[in-house]
Order: sequence, then structure tokens, then C-alpha cells
Amino acid sequence: MQFIIDHYNYWLVIILMMAGFYTVISRSNLIKKIAGLSIFQVSVFMLYISIGHVKDGAAPIIESDVTVYSNPLPHVLILTAIVVGVATTALGLALVVRIKEAYGTIEEDDIHKQDQSL
Amino acid sequence: MMHNLILKVISKFLIPLIMLFALYVQFHGDFGPGGGFQAGVIFSAAFILYTIVFGLDAAKKIIPPGVLKVLASLGVLIYAGTGIAGLILGGNYLEYGVLASNQIAGQHIGILVIELGVGITVASVMMIIFFAFAERGRS
Amino acid sequence: MIESHLSLLIVVIPLIAAPVVAVLPNGRAPWLFSTLVTWSVFYLAILQLANVSTGGVVSYELGGWAPPWGIEYRIDSVNALVALIVSGIAAISLPYALTSVAKEIPEKQTSLFYAAFLLCLTGLLGITQTGDIFNLFVFLEISSLSSYALISLGRQRQALTASYQYLIMGTIGATFFLIGVGLLYAMTGTLNMQDLSQRLPEIFEHRTIHTAFAFIMVGFALKLAMFPLHLWLPNAYTYAPSIVTIFLAATATKVAVYVMIRVIFGVFSLHLIESTPTDELFLLLGMAGVIAASISAIYQTNAKRLFAYSSVAQIGYMVLGIGFGSVLGLTASFVHIFNHAIMKAALFMALGAILYRTGSNQVKDMRGLAHKMPWTFAAFVIGGLSLIGVPGTAGFISKWYLVLAALEQQSWIVVAVILTGSLLAVAYVWKLVEIMYFNSGPNASSKTSSEDIKEAPLSLLLPLWLLVIANIYFGFDTSLTVGIAEPAATMLLGDKP
Repeated sequence: MQFIIDHYNYWLVIILMMAGFYTVISRSNLIKKIAGLSIFQVSVFMLYISIGHVKDGAAPIIESDVTVYSNPLPHVLILTAIVVGVATTALGLALVVRIKEAYGTIEEDDIHKQDQSL
Repeated sequence: MMHNLILKVISKFLIPLIMLFALYVQFHGDFGPGGGFQAGVIFSAAFILYTIVFGLDAAKKIIPPGVLKVLASLGVLIYAGTGIAGLILGGNYLEYGVLASNQIAGQHIGILVIELGVGITVASVMMIIFFAFAERGRS
Repeated sequence: MIESHLSLLIVVIPLIAAPVVAVLPNGRAPWLFSTLVTWSVFYLAILQLANVSTGGVVSYELGGWAPPWGIEYRIDSVNALVALIVSGIAAISLPYALTSVAKEIPEKQTSLFYAAFLLCLTGLLGITQTGDIFNLFVFLEISSLSSYALISLGRQRQALTASYQYLIMGTIGATFFLIGVGLLYAMTGTLNMQDLSQRLPEIFEHRTIHTAFAFIMVGFALKLAMFPLHLWLPNAYTYAPSIVTIFLAATATKVAVYVMIRVIFGVFSLHLIESTPTDELFLLLGMAGVIAASISAIYQTNAKRLFAYSSVAQIGYMVLGIGFGSVLGLTASFVHIFNHAIMKAALFMALGAILYRTGSNQVKDMRGLAHKMPWTFAAFVIGGLSLIGVPGTAGFISKWYLVLAALEQQSWIVVAVILTGSLLAVAYVWKLVEIMYFNSGPNASSKTSSEDIKEAPLSLLLPLWLLVIANIYFGFDTSLTVGIAEPAATMLLGDKP
């Protein structure tokens, strides 16, 4: 039990990750897929940020009376990864807009039906 | 859109504050939390608020999409150009220390210019993305 | 000055050129500028390979921060060879692009198209140059995001769904990789590949390392379209504009294979592969990929799709090379990365030339084309022979080394699979040759009247024949391919006898 409580950040990450991943796999609505993908990515960001925390560490800004700082590197890495995530989401949504214009629907099943009837 | 007087007055009041805050975040970035990414997004949020309240055409008069495209490229060039400046001054790529006479001043100048480039690009790219989506299906 | 910053300039020049191209007016200017840039990068890549081909290692510290704290570009003969392939294919395909892009891409998108192309090149070159595993993720996403955009420019609406599918799969792959990197960082506190490879052996038995390894492998298996995770690839290659298919087919998956090799042998080690069932899994999936994808290829009615499936099969051969985990196996993989890049680029260029003249890549519309486009057809046949692995072509060399690697470990079943794969390749190449050469009946189904179809313009034929000649040349002179791949493989495997 203590093991579960002590590693609560990992449990949170795993739950979010699976929720997002399941959404990507199971939904046929293209926008919901992108939403799931974003949740999936955010869970990984949380994994990074939580492992950057140092016990009793302060925010990594130099102050004269602080000796223990959290690790700032994962934050920087995730800042980059967030930007990548934003770009991916924007590109994905742009594609969905174009798909809607071309097919008149954003349901994957309908799109497959239309392509096969060609 | 014609009668949203309260929205218009309040947003006119808020937009300069948002922009000011963006600039604070931008230039505070070299010795505290902040930086170009966050500042760029906040700055573009001011414009997006303006677009939502006053309409796309009014926003495009203030900042035409062609200008945004140039600004987005300019930001990347500022970033990459700072790196090249380091090369020319005898350091490695993105080595800030050689930008000024001493190491610390160089680091300050380097990160400020870099973050400025990032801020310009992020702000204009966010606006480009917003305009692109808002424009769709209008014509 | 150029000499000491070589490894960096290869990445930064296309990076700076991309925003410049984006603001250039549409028309010929973006093409001209991109061509200049890619050829100069190609030149730098040749210089770089010459620098490290004798076995040296060049390290470049970005921002003057010493590794493992700063980002390091670490060049040995392996990266230099892959960087040469990527920049070489880009340099050869850009002259081809002028005519092809004018036909397939709306003029108002040309400058943005070339900007995306250069960004994709930046990403792929960055992957080859960097020695930092997180930096690798960033470059991977730069190249992937721009390739999604490039694929969506295809003329048919299926290009959009293909690109969307690739985006979902590619992002899942990249995120899996990111999870793996995060776990590695949590365990070791470093992101530098060299440093990781020194710190990892102490904690190899730890379960987190195994998890990280699994995540990274699955992530890259998605990116390199390893069977059975290849589902995005046939659609993406079929519906993308010709020039994008040429470039991506010849470089993107190859770079992913390179990263897989680099991560397996340069970060983790052979020990980890052999203590887990990874090598058996790779052999199994490689064999399944070769057979299943080759059989699928035979049944395709779209020539581009046919060769897309063939690409999946060829990736199977490279995965087999990794699975052997021996010097010969890795040599075969490297040589095949090189040879497959030039043969697939040649084949897709021939298809692009056919598309340019007939407006279709359906197999049924290619009837009798051999008589109207003899030069394109001849190039196509030589490219096909190289794909099959006929002696005297580049394809033979890589198959030969793969068979040698299999014989060395006495895995007769792999030898059988390689030979079967070649026979299946004969079947699908012959299918196209037959319909183009022997089936000269009137082209009833095609919308363009058959009199209009003539030989492809010179600007398409020249790059095509350049690659075809390379296919033959590297079938005889193996000093560049094997000569570099073999010591590179030995170096990656380290102290293994």
C-alpha cells in the first residue's frame, strides 16, 4: 500500500497515458483521436516533470539561503516537447479541417466507406 | 458583433495589459521564470482576443498575414543568426560567451537575443495558426 | 573555419535556408535557392565523410558546453555515411523537383513546399549528426512534422487521410521514444549517448532499463515501418507527391533504421539484446516482413503502392541484419541502407516520370509505355533488377552480405527467406515490366490519348539516370559502401570478437 502511495505520480501518469492511448485507438472521430493523442503526450510531460522534483528542493532559481534545488533540466526538455506537441496538434487539426472539406465528414468509418466506393 | 459594448471596452483595456505582461515575461526570462515561448503565446493571446471581439478583418488590417509570415521567418533567423554570430566571433555555434567582452555579459546578451527570436516566431506562428483556422470556410 | 564547424553547418545551413525560402516569392526562386543549399550541404557531407572515414571521431560542442552537460554532435563513419545518403538523395532529387513540382503542386504553395522540404532535410540530417538522445527526439519530430505536411500536399484527397494516419502513428512512435528516454534519464541522469553507454552496463539488470529499451524499440519500429507496424507507409507513399515519395522512401525510413542501430549498439549494447529475446524477435519480424510485404506487393494495382510494400520488405532485410548482431549482419544493414536508398529513389523517379506523362500510376494505365518512354523504361528495369538483387547491381551486394551473415550463423531458414523474398521481387517487378513492354495494346482505359505520351523531359531523366548509373557503379565498386560499413559495424559492436 505504501508503495502505491509513494509512487502516486507514476500511477497518475499511467492512468492518463492509458486514457489517452485508448482514446486514440478506440474513437473513430478524428478530432477525438487528436484529443486523445494530446492527453497521451501530456502524460509523458508529467512523467518528466515529476522525476525532476528533488525532495525538499526549491524552484531552481539561485537564492542565497537555499541549498537544495529541483532539477531544472526535465522542465527545459518538456518545454521543447510541449512545443512539438502544440505543432503536432495544430497540424493534426489542420488536416482534420481539410479532411472535413474533402469528405464532408470526420468519422473514420464514413471516410473509409467513401474511399472504397471510388 | 455591433452591440458588444462591454466586451469591446473591457478588451481594449485588457489588451495592452496582456501585451505588457508578455513583454515582462519575455525580458524577465534571463534570470527568472519566463522566456520566449511563454511570452510569445501570451502576446498572441492579446491579438487573438482582439480578433474574437473585433472580427478577423479588423485584425488583419492591423497585422496582415504576409507580415506574420515574414516575422515568423525573422524570428528563426534571429535565433540561427545569433548562433552564426558566435561562430564568426571565434566560438562554437550558439556560444554566447564570445558575444561580449566578458563571459557573463555575453551570456546575458545571447539569451536575450535568442529569446527575442523565439518570442517573435512563437507569437506570429500562433497568430498564423489562429488566422488559418478562423479563415477556413468563410469564402 | 568551415573545417572545424563542418558537422554543425550540415544541419544549420538547411535550417537557416528554410525560413528564407518560405518568404521568397513563389515560382522558380525557392527551387533555385533550395537546390544551391542542398548541393552545398552535399559537398559538406562529402568533406565530413572524408574526415572520419579513416576511423576518427569528430565531436562538436554546441554552445561551447562540454558533454555530457551540453549537446554534442558526434560524428563517426556511421553517421557520416548516413548523412551523405540523405544529403545526396536530396541533392539529386531537387533538380528533378522543378518539373515534377510544377506539375503536381499548386504554384502558390511552392515556396512553402520547399521550406517544408528543407526543414525535413534539416531534421533528417540532425538525427544523423547528434550525439544527444533528446536532441534526437527533437530532430525526429522536425523531420516527421514536415513530412506529414509534405505528404498532405498530394493531389488526391486520400493524401489527407494518409497524412493523418501517419501523424497519429508517428506521434505515438515519437512519444513512446520519449517515454523510453525519460526512463533512461531517470535512471542515469544523462542524455548524452556516449555517456549513457558507459553508465548503463552497471544497471542492465534493472527492470526500468528493460522497460525503457522496449519503449524505444517499439517507438522506432513505428517510425521505420517495421512489419507489423508498417500500416501507415503504403498509403503515405502512394498518395504523396512524386518528389516527396522519392525523398521520403530513400531517406526517412533509412534514417530511422540508422537510429535503431545506433541506439541498440551505441547506447544499449549487444549484451542487452542477447540477454532478452530481442534478437530472435528481430529475426522473426524481419522474415515475416520480407515475406508478407512482398506477397502484398504482388497483388497491388497501383505501381507506387506496389513499391511502397516492397519498401516494407526491404526494411525487413535491414531488420534481419540488426537481428544477427554480428559484424557481417550490421555491414549488410548499412550497405542495404545505402543501396536501397539509391534503388528506391531511382524506381520512384521512374514512376514520377510516368505520372508526369500519363497522369496515373495505376498498373493498368502503364500498358505499352516501354515503347513510348524507352529511356524511362530502361531505367525502371535496371532499378528493378537492383531491387531483385541481380549480380552487377547494387542490390546484389547487400543481399550477398546478408546471406553471408546468415550462413555465418548457419540459419538456413533466413537464407531461404532471403532467396524467397528475391523471387517474390522478381514476380512484382516482372508484373510491371510485362505490362509495360509486352502488353502494347491500345490504351483504352487511359483518359489521355496514347499519342500524347512521349519520353519524359530531360530534367526528369537526368537525375533518374544518375541514380541508375550509381546503382550499377556501386554493384562493382564497393569501396564506398562496404569499405565504410564494415569498419563502422566493427566499431559499433565494440569489443565483441
